[in-house]
Parts: sequence; structure tokens; C-alpha cells
Amino acid sequence: MIRRLFIANRGEIALRVIRTAKRLGMVTILGVSEADRTSLPALVADEVAVVGPGPSAESYLSVPRVVAAARAARADAVHPGYGFLSENVAFGRAVLAAGMIFVGPDMASLEAMGDKLMARRAGVAAGLPVVPGGEAATKDDARQQAAVTGYPLLLKAVAGGGGRGMKRVDAPEALDAQIDMAMAEAQAAFGDNRIYVERFIASGRHVEVQVLGDGETAIHLGTRDCSIQRRFQKLVEEAPAFGIPEDKHRAITDAAVRFAASLHYRGAGTVEFLVDAATFDFYFLEMNARIQVEHPVTEAVTGIDLVEQQLLVADGQRLGIAQEFVTFAGHAIEMRINAEEWAKDFRPSPGRVRVARWPAGAGVRVDTHIGAGGAVPPYYDSLIGKLIVRGADRAEAVARLQAALAVIDIEGVATTAGLHARIAADARFIAGGVDTRFFEGLDRG
Amino acid sequence: MSELFFTAEDVAEIVTILDKTPYERLELTTSRFRLRVVRTGDGFTQELEVIGDAAPAAVVTAPVEAAEDGLVIRSPLPGTFYRAPQPGAPPFVQVGDTVAPDTVIAIIETMKLMTSVPAGCAGVIAEIRAENATLVEAEAVLMRVTPA
Repeated sequence: MIRRLFIANRGEIALRVIRTAKRLGMVTILGVSEADRTSLPALVADEVAVVGPGPSAESYLSVPRVVAAARAARADAVHPGYGFLSENVAFGRAVLAAGMIFVGPDMASLEAMGDKLMARRAGVAAGLPVVPGGEAATKDDARQQAAVTGYPLLLKAVAGGGGRGMKRVDAPEALDAQIDMAMAEAQAAFGDNRIYVERFIASGRHVEVQVLGDGETAIHLGTRDCSIQRRFQKLVEEAPAFGIPEDKHRAITDAAVRFAASLHYRGAGTVEFLVDAATFDFYFLEMNARIQVEHPVTEAVTGIDLVEQQLLVADGQRLGIAQEFVTFAGHAIEMRINAEEWAKDFRPSPGRVRVARWPAGAGVRVDTHIGAGGAVPPYYDSLIGKLIVRGADRAEAVARLQAALAVIDIEGVATTAGLHARIAADARFIAGGVDTRFFEGLDRG
Repeated sequence: MSELFFTAEDVAEIVTILDKTPYERLELTTSRFRLRVVRTGDGFTQELEVIGDAAPAAVVTAPVEAAEDGLVIRSPLPGTFYRAPQPGAPPFVQVGDTVAPDTVIAIIETMKLMTSVPAGCAGVIAEIRAENATLVEAEAVLMRVTPA
């Protein structure tokens, strides 16, 4: 039984995990860097352990330091949140070797899903449709693969994730230069220069399915649409994916459950698909073996606390929810508020927040670690809060979103709230069901 | 340690209560946190503040730099200063190197994003003021340049 939970993360997700863990009666221990000692999560956690200095490489990304801190704190279990070490197999193994529970999937799933090629093979084996493409270990391989795949295409790091190192190539002339860059970036970012060549679907939607498994049974908690992205970084997420015909929608969730079941998946995971915006044909992309940034939209429409489910399954319990008891009500939208000067090419804007007035009210949820006086250190990513709204239908959710964005008042650092207000006012967004080209077509004045 | 912290559910409940009253704002204070819920336009805003000993330390402002002789290259934003494109690689510039306005002299890493810093002036690098792999403030002097 988990009595003492170590949280190996920071920011809003650390606070999010702490809240649920406390409600379940666990003692929460937060591992923080020196830069986060006085952060809101550190003040709310029952105990705090300093894992290292500000830079993540010496704190949140240091496997030995985080594991040593969790052991010293006599933790029974470690929740890795998202990003940082959440999908790091060496970390998961070190946690297990130290006699603690890793709140995540078993190591075989984590390892398989961390490698795009293994994930793709597993998808094919489970009978899921995949986008035409293949691996390339050398430049020649990449050229050959590109000739088969056709243009436009995407180059991705095999070991990568989160959009880092992804390149779009529209014509054969541009291929060689982009291969060099993609391989160099893959090597620098992940220590593995293998790239993956994949057909780029011109009008595609990014649709993902939240799954839960206990090793024997797998269920889904519906879809999310994350098509509004900038440089492959998600800006807006919704649940459910809007405007997809019911039969196609069901085929997508069925495929995700089939995939999770084939892995004997344990815990919370997300199966990602690329959906053709015109035909609604779908292709399996990959699976994220962790809690996602956008999980609250699923919570908003299902009423299920995903962190609670993660902790229960990690604790060795069977899933307490059968598929037929999962109900979906209304529509939810999340916007990521980042500390960035969006009008100046999204330049990072760290600093001290003087005023942090977040929206509140019916159908509004804000997940943030930033209150008045809160610090946004330069070491970490720029997410300072997530605005989540829910309405009885999408139109009501959009109206609530617009009202909420109108009252956000953050002073001291620049934020993307103004950009989100433009997105929320865009006719294409209001109509719903946009593809991944939405951001390029946005009037940013 | 965390008694009487306000959760999202608490805030929702407070808004529901406040909405049925003619009041404009409600302020709740515990020994550690202050929550302010205010009617704003058609909706409400919430603001959480840490108070007392728990409050974050005051912001330390960097001392104002004395006037510099010659030209200086300043950091365009706060972040970690790197003299080379990657660990082990030769630095972009050394003392004595000649630079043009578009010569990249450093990288500043802020929030996982790498920003290259051009010299912004022509001349010879006279001094490297910032230490490699350390945090610099926005506008901090990175290098001094003798005009060409």
C-alpha cells in the first residue's frame, strides 16, 4: 500500500498530483530543485527534499539524485508526472531496484513505447493502421525511404518525443539538408541519430485516446483533439474530438483499447492517432506511457480523476471502472498559458509574477502553481497554468472560454493569454474540428 | 504543513456561494495562504497568495552596471550563458577575435529554448565577462568589445 508518495516533478503537475495523493490519505514528498524551494507545490507538499541546483540536468533529470532523495525520504512510490524522467526506462528501473513502486507502466511497455519503431511494430502487430514510412539509420537509408514514402514527409527522431527535432520536407531538393539537421538534432537531443521518415498527411487532425489498464483489462476514457499546435507543440486541447462521425470515432477508441490490451498495459496512457480531416481515416502514431498535460479535459467530461486511477493501479489494484460505466457529458477545452512573448516569436519570459488573477466560476478549472509573487525560473519549460473550461456542449464551452480569457490578469511576466483570446475568437475555432494547419492560418495581427 | 490550502473544488464552491450574494469580493486568509475571489465582468477571478514566513524571498535586483568603456554585448534575455554550441566544442569566440554585427558569440538557454546571441557590433573581443554555463540576467554584460 502506498503511504508515502515521492513526486519527481515540479510546477502545475506536481501540485495536481499532490492534491489527489493527499485526498487518498498519502503523505506527499516533493523533490525540488533549489530554484523551486518556495514554489507553491513545495509549500503544499507534506515534505520537501532538495534534489539539486536549478538546472534540470543536475536536479529533475538526474536519475541518481532523484532516486537517492526518494529513498532517503522513505517513499513507497514515485510519481514522475510528465516530461523530465517520466518515460526514462533507466529511471523506472532504478526506482524499482530501490524497492519502490514506479507510478507508470511496467518497464517493457515503457521501453517499447519510448522507441517509435518498436511502438509502430507493436501497432501493426495489434492490427492498427499506420502511416506509410520507415526507419533510417544512414543518409542513404533516409533517401531510399523518402522515395518510397513520397512528399510531403516528416523526419522525426526515433528516440524523440514532444515534437523536438521534427522536420517537414516538401520536396526532394530539400531532403538532404533536412536529413543532416534532423540527424544532428536527434544525436544532440537524444544521443541517438536514427531518424524516422513518415508521410505527412496534409490535412490531418491530432486525435488521441486516453486509456487505462491494470495489466489484464484495458478501457478508454474517450478522445481528445490536440490539432492546434505551433511547431508540433500543443496549444489547445479538447475532449471529445469534435465532428468525427460516430462510427469512425468508435473505431478509433476501439483500436486504442485493442492496442493497450495487446501490451497488457498498466496505468494511464495515451494512444495517438493522425486522423485525415476529410475522410476520417486514422493512423496509429505512438503511445505516451504517462499522464498527459491535457488530461484535465478528459477528467472534465468523464468525472474520473486520472491521477487517482494511476495511483490505484500502481498500488496493485484492479481497475474499479468497467467500460460500460464510463459516461461522457459535455465538452471541455484546455488552453496552455505559457510565459512567452507570443508576439515576439514566442520569446521566453521568465521572472517574478506580481499579479496572478486567474478565472474562476461555473465550468472553469485552473491548474496552476503560480500565485501572486510566484517565480517562473529560466531553467524549465514555460507552462505557468492551464485553463480548462467545460460546457454542456461545445458552444457553451467556447463561450465560457472566451469569458474566462477576458478576465485573466497576469502581470510581471508575458503570457500567451492574448494569443489564446485570438484563437478563441477565430471563426474556424468557433466552428470546431480544425486541422493541424490552424495555427499557420491564424490572424496574429 | 499544508493545512487549509485552497483546492480547485473549494474555489468553485466559494464562487457558487458568492454568486448568490450581492458581494463583489471575498477574501479568506489562513496562516499560510490568502485567497481572493473577485467578481470581474460576467465572471470571477481567483488569486492565491502565499503569506508570512512561507512567502518567497524578495526579488534580488541586479546592481546597475557602471558605464562601460567601448562597446558591450548584453544578454537579450535571462538564461544560461554558453560560449560553445555544445559541450566540448570550441567556443564561438575568444578574446582577440574580430567580430561583425551578425557573428554569433554565445547561446542563451532559457526555458529549454536556445537563443543565439549575435555580437550586434563590429570590433575585437576585449573581455569575456560572463562565466560559461552560468545564469545571466537580461541585459547583463556578456562581453566587452573594442570598436573596429
